[in-house]
Amino acid sequence: MSLIQLSKNQSLHAALLLPVTNSVGAHLRRHFSSTETDTRTLTIETSVPYTGHKLEPPSRSVETTQKELLTFFREMSLMRRMEIAADSLYKAKLIRGFCHLYDGQEAVAVGMEAAITKKDNVITAYRDHCIYLARGGTLVGAFAELMGRRDGCSKGKGGSMHFYKKDSGFYGGHGIVGAQTPLGCGLAFAQKYLKEEHVTFTLYGDGAANQGQLFEALNMAALWDLPVILVCENNHYGMGTAEWRAAKSPAYYKRGDYVPGLKVDGMDVLAVKQACKFAKEHVLKNGPIILEMDTYRYHGHSMSDPGSTYRTRDEISGIRQERDPIERVRKLILSHDFATEKELKDTEKEVRKEVDDAIAQAKESPMPDPSELFTNVFVKGLGADAFGVDRKEIRTVLP
Amino acid sequence: MASDVTRRIGIVGGTAWRWRGARRMSTSTSTSTSSAAKTKSSSGSTKKEVNLFTAINQALHIALDTDPRAYVFGEDVSFGGVFRCTIGLAERFGKNRVFNTPLCEQGIVGFAIGLAAMGNRAISEIQFADYIYPAFDQIVNEAAKFRYRSGNQFNCGGLTIRAPYGAVGHGGHYHSQSPEAFFCHVPGVKVVIPRGPQQAKGLLLSCIRDPNPTLFFEPKSLYRLAVEEVPENDYMLPLSLAEVIREGRDITLVGWGAQLSAMEEACKEAEKDGISCELIDLRTLLPWDKETVEASVKKTGRLLVSHEAPVTGGFGAEIAASVAERCFLRLEAPVARICGLDTPFPLVFEPFYLPNKNKILDAIKSTVKSSRSCVFARQQNIWLALMHPFCPHKQKQPVTGLIESGRPDSGPTVQPAPSADHPVQQ
Repeated sequence: MSLIQLSKNQSLHAALLLPVTNSVGAHLRRHFSSTETDTRTLTIETSVPYTGHKLEPPSRSVETTQKELLTFFREMSLMRRMEIAADSLYKAKLIRGFCHLYDGQEAVAVGMEAAITKKDNVITAYRDHCIYLARGGTLVGAFAELMGRRDGCSKGKGGSMHFYKKDSGFYGGHGIVGAQTPLGCGLAFAQKYLKEEHVTFTLYGDGAANQGQLFEALNMAALWDLPVILVCENNHYGMGTAEWRAAKSPAYYKRGDYVPGLKVDGMDVLAVKQACKFAKEHVLKNGPIILEMDTYRYHGHSMSDPGSTYRTRDEISGIRQERDPIERVRKLILSHDFATEKELKDTEKEVRKEVDDAIAQAKESPMPDPSELFTNVFVKGLGADAFGVDRKEIRTVLP
Repeated sequence: MASDVTRRIGIVGGTAWRWRGARRMSTSTSTSTSSAAKTKSSSGSTKKEVNLFTAINQALHIALDTDPRAYVFGEDVSFGGVFRCTIGLAERFGKNRVFNTPLCEQGIVGFAIGLAAMGNRAISEIQFADYIYPAFDQIVNEAAKFRYRSGNQFNCGGLTIRAPYGAVGHGGHYHSQSPEAFFCHVPGVKVVIPRGPQQAKGLLLSCIRDPNPTLFFEPKSLYRLAVEEVPENDYMLPLSLAEVIREGRDITLVGWGAQLSAMEEACKEAEKDGISCELIDLRTLLPWDKETVEASVKKTGRLLVSHEAPVTGGFGAEIAASVAERCFLRLEAPVARICGLDTPFPLVFEPFYLPNKNKILDAIKSTVKSSRSCVFARQQNIWLALMHPFCPHKQKQPVTGLIESGRPDSGPTVQPAPSADHPVQQ
């Protein structure tokens, strides 16, 4: 389906495409240098055209490079592997609490990250593991947090639903459906006030799209022209309820009414990248926009949901075969001889090992100190008391 | 397009969501689900062993069966709900009376108030009590004051909000909270919490049929764990009436919901030490049965209250204050409150946070022993008692209690390790 054209001035060097050595496969991500891989841009057309609401959609032609495609492949494989490992850790009762997995939706996290900088903010709901990873989080930080260990990204105090990474503008996982959307407006207002030309991506799901808070957020964002991109990750099921059972109009990109919207194939990482780039430029000039990412989660809503009672197994396997974001990139890479099948398999093996090593390391991490139960309730220095059961014997001034 | 695929495939049938791996719910019986489906309402007074969610399911079946103007709705309820409480309702009563709502708690409750205002019984479900806060305004400002501010022209008395509350062992911040105290501050709503299947069925039916808006918090840790004989027929238990579930002489314990099981264990342990405890299930928190509690405290002279919610501003404070007002001269020891800590509900520290059996037992012992040996305290002369050289009240003054907390070996349970970063107040 995809069309490829090399950029005019670079087509002369087409021959350089072919010699991809084995050593490339061994050091795919972040080890590339310009000598090892091809940095020439090529243009690929997205599988599905964008649909706009009150705006002119961007072009279907997306520019990319060999390096970027290989990076995408690796990052998405890493996320997929991480989520599958989290699934087994949960079943082994090493992860407690609630756990919502992202597999299937990887293209949204990776594509978005490719279009923005770490100065831009991202805020999401509780399906946050992979967004954290995309924002530069470490596997150990993720697994340690999942298992409630000290080295977790929230010091083991948050768990699956509460990943944060302040240094790269990841304002984290929020537990209550839709509650993060007005927060995103506040973040964007602060950015606008500072005139730093940065934007906030506020992610929510198709279930949260029916929360009243979203509409309050939309109004404020539009009223004050805030640089906020409301990203609806439409995986078509709000918990166990299909979108059309819960929403009068499942065209979420149109539901902002006066806020322009764009419908994007959220299973196509390049389409997501292009859309996020477009959206960032748009909001800095014109105020808020809704991006509806048409995506799919393979797992159930949470670990207690097998995910197969309100949808058929055929539906899931159909999407896996036809729209899987990783397979799409794999096909692109193979069709352009950017890597061999074996090299991609090797990447997956490395990723697997990386995940296993991270789990082993996270398991070594100790539980947080019991005194951490009392910390971070109030700010240090306020002298606020935390009381134990009887207000006398277990009493501490909060640090 | 996936959305088209979704539309084509009719998605029907019950979900099989389970609260997997819940430590305290290991005794779940899958057979009881099917037995509940077979249960016919108002079919004599036969009893059957069922668990909590089945008892609630029976009550909902009866409520819908006996009142054609009763409705059940909430997130995922037509599939049976995440805790299986609404299983079989949609099939039996149809999609016009049992239906899913979008994920919008404020909308659910507001909608329910409107439905009830037209004279219907609106039985709405908030999937977890932790999600009730978006609906807080609707409950506090709309539901509770509807009758009052309209001069009794309108009301939403048919409104019942069901919500699972409380700890389950691994629920973390947003699936474990006990928000009952917030709503006990709101005149105009009733707050009811059952302790087990039999109570749940009778109390839920009372709530549904009560002419006031009611909040019914279900202890989710007991959904599968608690199994007891429940009459299959339609029965109601009175609201605002506490129940003495264990009689004793030395101390009164007041609690509700799942916390009663920890309290009961503590009572049994205390009995081995010769302390006879009276245990009261408050059942309805608002308006609550002061008389039963007062009578008991006047008999025993001591009171301990216990709940999972944080101690400060918890409903235990209200009970303690009322008892101090009503029974001051009969009290032989300060009222003990064994509750959750004043922290957000923790993830890995849940065992520290919870007011477990040992914390309660320690408090029972210290409350009883501190006053038992003091002849002056028994005569309610606290000043004489404090002047007495052997009076144990002296050592139990709050000031000395504070000093004790600095010692690493003192304190029965959680002792935050003193360090440079986390100094314990000396």
